[in-house]
Amino acid sequence: MSPKRARAAMIISGLGFLALAATLALTALEDNIVFFRAPSELARAPVEAGIALRVGGLVGENTVRRDGLNVRFQITDLAHDVEVRYTGMLPDLFREGQGVVAEGRFDTAGVFVADTVLAKHDETYMPPEVAEALKASGRWQADARHPGEKTDPAAAYGASAK
Amino acid sequence: MIAEFGHFALISALCVCLVQVGVAFSGAASGASDLMRMGDNAARAQCGLVFIAFGALTYSFVVSDFSLAVVHANSHIAKPLVYKIAGVWGNHEGSMLLWVLILALYGAAFSVFERAMPQTLHARILAVQGLMGIAFLVFLLATSNPFSRLDLAPFEGRGLTPILQDPALAAHPPLLYAGYVGFSMTFSFAVAALLEGQVDRAWARWMRPWTLLAWVFLTLGIALGSYWAYYELGWGGFWFWDPVENASLMPWLAGTALLHSALVAERRGTLINWTLLLAIVTFALSLAGTFLVRSGVLTSVHAFANDPARGVFILAILALFTGGGLAVYGLRAPASSRDGFQPASREALLVTNNIFLATATVTVFVGTIYPLVLDAIGGPKISVGAPYFNAVFAPLTIPFLIMLPLGPMLAWRGDTFSSLFGRLAPAALAAVLVTCGLALTRSGTPLLALVLLGGAFWLVGGALTDMVERLRRLKNLAQTPLLSAPVAHAGLGVMIIGIIAATAWRQELVVAVAPGDQLRIAGQSLRFEGVRERAGPNFTSEQASLVYLDGPHEGADLRPERRFYEAERSQTTEAAITTDLTGHLYAVIGEPVDGKRVVRIWYHPFVALIWLGAVLMACGGALGLVGRVRLAGRMHQSGGAA
Repeated sequence: MSPKRARAAMIISGLGFLALAATLALTALEDNIVFFRAPSELARAPVEAGIALRVGGLVGENTVRRDGLNVRFQITDLAHDVEVRYTGMLPDLFREGQGVVAEGRFDTAGVFVADTVLAKHDETYMPPEVAEALKASGRWQADARHPGEKTDPAAAYGASAK
Repeated sequence: MIAEFGHFALISALCVCLVQVGVAFSGAASGASDLMRMGDNAARAQCGLVFIAFGALTYSFVVSDFSLAVVHANSHIAKPLVYKIAGVWGNHEGSMLLWVLILALYGAAFSVFERAMPQTLHARILAVQGLMGIAFLVFLLATSNPFSRLDLAPFEGRGLTPILQDPALAAHPPLLYAGYVGFSMTFSFAVAALLEGQVDRAWARWMRPWTLLAWVFLTLGIALGSYWAYYELGWGGFWFWDPVENASLMPWLAGTALLHSALVAERRGTLINWTLLLAIVTFALSLAGTFLVRSGVLTSVHAFANDPARGVFILAILALFTGGGLAVYGLRAPASSRDGFQPASREALLVTNNIFLATATVTVFVGTIYPLVLDAIGGPKISVGAPYFNAVFAPLTIPFLIMLPLGPMLAWRGDTFSSLFGRLAPAALAAVLVTCGLALTRSGTPLLALVLLGGAFWLVGGALTDMVERLRRLKNLAQTPLLSAPVAHAGLGVMIIGIIAATAWRQELVVAVAPGDQLRIAGQSLRFEGVRERAGPNFTSEQASLVYLDGPHEGADLRPERRFYEAERSQTTEAAITTDLTGHLYAVIGEPVDGKRVVRIWYHPFVALIWLGAVLMACGGALGLVGRVRLAGRMHQSGGAA
């Protein structure tokens, strides 16, 4: 093969491959995007059952009920609540009043069935989506985030892992 | 006082850095060799000064000087010494100081060890390194001064996040940074050569060891981070496609592509433009990784600080160096060569390798950046998780695996695929037989997993065949770089076997148990004996005991823990792991519920192969390096220019 033709073949096959990869990536993106919703957004515009979703907010006070491995609780942005059902082990810092993000889907009865519940490893950590959900519902209190903690300059430094 | 000394050393380092850039650039422009030599000295002095600053900060951590804001926020008297030291880089300011230190170390190492190249190129590389030094020192001093004092010194610190108090994590940031920052060398090589207007095979040969060094560190850093996440987070996974993990994977993929394209540039003098571009992009991705991790734009457990000023500053550095590098590239890239490739040649396969790796980099980039872009333009909040990356990577990996063993066994310039047939037939046959055997004995294995496993066996078989052929050609130890590729490729195969096996054959059990209850997983029975309290150096813990009732570990027990760290008011899960030849049994415990305990046990078959494979890959890289250093040493001794 002449250098020129080899070059052309290489460019064409390279472009073809990139097109294939782009198609692959876009299809995969379309199928695997998970939307985040705050309880208030869900109250305004409910999401139908069976669609993968992330719901975030605070764990409602006095809403956690356990029965062995089965847990039910409410996620709240202090304006609206979402009923959540989860089976399995909850993260270390799962507490009432703590910020959490649940991943899962609604069942036909309107209960959010979570596959995963995320709470972070540090008490001072608030998932950014949760903070924004609280701000959106008008219930954000900057101080409520670090109960019992002095506001010194160092408090601005977030938690970390890795 | 020590802290002020460190602060002063940092400011001096910045001044020296300005001198380094000035004298090295002007020396290179005017050809004044004493000015250029001064650039070398400046690089070494800068390194010494940053080292002093780093030492001062380490000292402040060791003696628990809580009048320093960072020490107060991240340390505690009761913390073991090793974590006081690791605490130096377990926070934003200290980790950026570590970044600057490593940058300075690379510059100094370059000025000491790199002697073969023309003096002007040498000086320009140091000048570009110096530019980066200036940017990061200004960033450090202006927005993230590790030596800033508190007005009133508290008596006690707030402690280091407990999950960071771990040996693997003490070593993870330095290794990762050695990788990230190592690619600053390739960036400097590319920009300096473009400014010099002389980019050729020799340039690629000089750059490759630095690329290799950075790549080895990055490989180890990522592997260590993954291993840490596996055993410390207690989530039972080894890779979460977390944006921060992706941020380290992108420069790794681009850096791997760079290693291979630089090989073609060195041997054939082609792909030079692409290699230059990759050298710039790889470092840009390293910077982007730092920006993503450190700026707090990501929803991640890794974000140290949410200070917008810092984010904007790092973004500015990123834009400046990426934009600057690409601009120099656009203005000064040499006219591309007219050489074509034979389809059956090593270089053609290396081009294929680059297409795959570039595609992989782009897909990771899309999945990581898309949610951020959407959020920034006011779109809906979304997350792109493991399903996307799995859906994209699995189909990409299969053709990659099939082609990979062919490349290193083809000759440069021109060969025939039929010449490979006899040499690789045993490896192909073995891979097919083992895969068929697994399909029959491990029913229920998904087809995709079988195909990927088959590909990985083929890769390992091919790499072994290649290794045997090369060992026959090996005449003396200076030729160890010959073994670099097969060892690294076998490592990749081993890693993929580990990933697929641990994913496809994983077993998981979540139960609530009372003392005396039995549970069964992966053919072994265990009895839950209950939970007892115990005290550690700076924590108290609840430790459960799960006793093996049969199997090779009969009588031994797994002791998963939940630790409570008083100083940090934080809780962690400590997984208990039993290692077997065939895999890990991995247990964690949860909270008490109605007198019972939630216990979660996984069986992770062959999971250790993942990290073993990564270490093999790094060894492969190191082999290439060792041989090169020897070679360079000999050339140096004999006084010959390369």
